[in-house]
Parts: sequence; structure tokens; C-alpha cells
Amino acid sequence: MTARGKRLTLILAALALLGGATALVLSAMRENLVFFHTPSEVAEGKAPVGRTFRIGGMVAEGSLERLPDGVTVRFAVTDTAKTIPVVYRGALPDLFSEGKGAVAQGQLGPDGVFVASEVLAKHDENYMPVEAQHAVDQAQRAASTLEP
Amino acid sequence: MRGKNRGMDATPGRRQRWQQGIEARQRAPRSLWRFAAPQQFYPLAGRLAPWFAALAAVLTVVGLYLAFFVAPTDAQQGEVYRIIFLHVPAAWMSMFLYLVMAFWGIVGWVLNTRLSFMMAHALAPTGAIWCFIALWTGALWGRPTWGTYWVWDARLTSQLLLMFLYLGYLALTRAIEDPRRADRAGALLAIVGSINVPIIYFSVQWWNTLHQGASVSLTRAPSMATVMLVTMLIMAFAAWFYSIAVALWRVRTIILERERHTDWVAAELDRLAARERG
Repeated sequence: MTARGKRLTLILAALALLGGATALVLSAMRENLVFFHTPSEVAEGKAPVGRTFRIGGMVAEGSLERLPDGVTVRFAVTDTAKTIPVVYRGALPDLFSEGKGAVAQGQLGPDGVFVASEVLAKHDENYMPVEAQHAVDQAQRAASTLEP
Repeated sequence: MRGKNRGMDATPGRRQRWQQGIEARQRAPRSLWRFAAPQQFYPLAGRLAPWFAALAAVLTVVGLYLAFFVAPTDAQQGEVYRIIFLHVPAAWMSMFLYLVMAFWGIVGWVLNTRLSFMMAHALAPTGAIWCFIALWTGALWGRPTWGTYWVWDARLTSQLLLMFLYLGYLALTRAIEDPRRADRAGALLAIVGSINVPIIYFSVQWWNTLHQGASVSLTRAPSMATVMLVTMLIMAFAAWFYSIAVALWRVRTIILERERHTDWVAAELDRLAARERG
């Protein structure tokens, strides 16, 4: 093997080893690298209950209510399998709405209500004009009325 | 020849092979390999750069016009989504240019070509600027949509690490005086750091992140309206051509600086000085 070939092999082997090591470390730290836990993970006991953590999912349709004091809101975060009720005092982001994604940071109370100190909106990667969104909504509504 | 080989223990056999290599290159002047010689690449870069710059300027004007006046308002995010036309091309370029730097680092280590290291040097500041633009526009986009400028999710954190890798490369190569050592140390950092690029790219698939997934990927149809997608791709090509033009111009100054002991650079500098005097 020429000196060039040796150097190339050495660099590629080192890179492969380093890549493998990184992959192992990342998969070992998998649990700690997630930004939020889903309601199902909380129900399975995978979330660090008792400490501050984040839950994420969809804001359940029809769950958002403002309490009479004007600053406290209640809503429910769902991943369609499990749902967690959330209470939060503060301003919600503009994109926060029912049926859209949200991430809440806080602690799970003994009564099963998640007391949030911060709420972030999570939007998806779909971009479309208003008319197209309208057409999609109409189609979905039509499809749901057809179901038995 | 003299001076260029200083520090290398030039045994007769080695010097002979070096000489043969030069002669072989001179015998085959049509081979593309001749552009690996800084003296040959310098004029080529000078001829190509203005074309890439012109292409970049035209595409930027077209892209910005489409971005502001043609692309429709987004149903979910309203007008604020338009920052995507700068944010995504900048993020793509920051990742891609780092991989190109690592590629030139490997070529330099394997083939001992000085020009490869110079190319890596020339790309680093541009990559760092794209990386900064991606982080900055991302923060400005995050505040009105997510409700925060910054979160420590996997995507944002790994992109910040890329910024530090760029800054580390720039600092490392400038901290070492001997250019041969600086080249090789910097190339190693670029090669090792390139492992971070797939982590950035796949972070939104591997972990729960606040950052949304990719709208455009090779494996499935894009989840964007066509006008928006075309606008974003035009802006991405503008970013490509801008980066190529700037890197070519920068590599020319690096060549002049590194090769200043040679006769051809002395002649070139005289020519430039004469032109400046008018």
C-alpha cells in the first residue's frame, strides 16, 4: 500500500471509530436528549416526575378555558392515547391554539394536573396558503360526516 | 523549489520523485490536476469568481422578489414564516460548507496538496457567517411562533456547536504560526467536527425537539406549497453561488500570501500595484 493509501485508510478508520463512539454515546444518552415527554411516556413512568420537566403534544380540542382571574388558563395536552390536564398562569404564544402542538414546562402535581411555568407553541413543517388550508379543512369535515 | 521544501528532510530519492512528479505534470498540461498547483488555480479562480457572483446577485434579486411579493401568506404562521427563505438556505450552507471543509482537509492530509488546505481556510469564514445567520434568524423566528428566542433542544444545541466548531477552526489555524502545522491541525478539527453535521440534520428525527421536522428531504414529497418551495430553492442556489464566489476570491488572497516568496507572485503583485496606480 502506498503512503497515500495508508493515510487515507487511517483517516477513514479514525472517522468511522469516532462516528461509532458518538453513536453509542448518543444512544446511551437518548433519554436525556429529548426536549419533552409525551403524555404516554408520563403514564408509563418514563418522565422524571417530581422534578421540573416538559410535556409535549397536541392541545386537546375544546379543552382550553380561561379562568375568571384573566391570567390563568387550563388546557389538556394529548398524544391521542393519553391526556394530561395543564394549568398555567401567563401569556400564551400567538400560535398556541386547540388542535396544534404545544410544549409545557413545569411539575406534575399529586392530583395529576401539570402546573406549567412556561408554555411554548410547536408548529409543524407544513407551509401552505390560507386557501389551501381552507380546502384541506373542508375536505376533512366532509370526510368526517361520511363516517358511519 | 528552494525554500518551499525547507523543514522536510529532502533525501535524494524523495527529491527525485518530487522532480519527476513536476515533470509529469508539465508533460500533461491538459489534465485537470494541474489546477492543484496554486499558480495554475489563481487565474482560474479569478476568471470564475465574477460569474458566480453575478449569478448569486441575479438569483438573490429574483428570490427576494418572490419571497416578499409572490409567495402567499402561510395559513398557520402568517407573514412571519417568510424568514424561512433566509433561514433554511443559511442553515443548509452552514452544514454543507463544513462538510466541504472536512473534504478538503482529508484531501490535504492524503495527497499533501497545499491548495486543498487553502480551500478549507477560504471556506471557513463564509461557513461561520451562514451559521451565525441561521442561529440569528432562527431566534427571530422562534420568538413570535414558539414564544421564545432560544431553547436547548437537540437541533438548536447542535447548530450552536457547529458555530463553535467554525470559530474553533478559525482560532486554531490563526494561533499556529507555521502554516503547514496550522493547515493540518485545522483540517483534523474539520474532519472530527464533521460528525456533528449528520447529528444536526437528523436531530429532529431522532429526538423530540421543539424545532419542527424537515419540510424538504430527498426521501419524500416536500410539505410546502410549490411557490414557497421554488422561492426557497432559488435563495438556496443564490447562497451557493455567493459562497463559491467569495471562497474563490478569498483563496486568491491566501495564495498570494502563502506563495509570496515565489517569482510569479512577485510579478503578479507588481501587476496589481501598477493597475492600482492607474
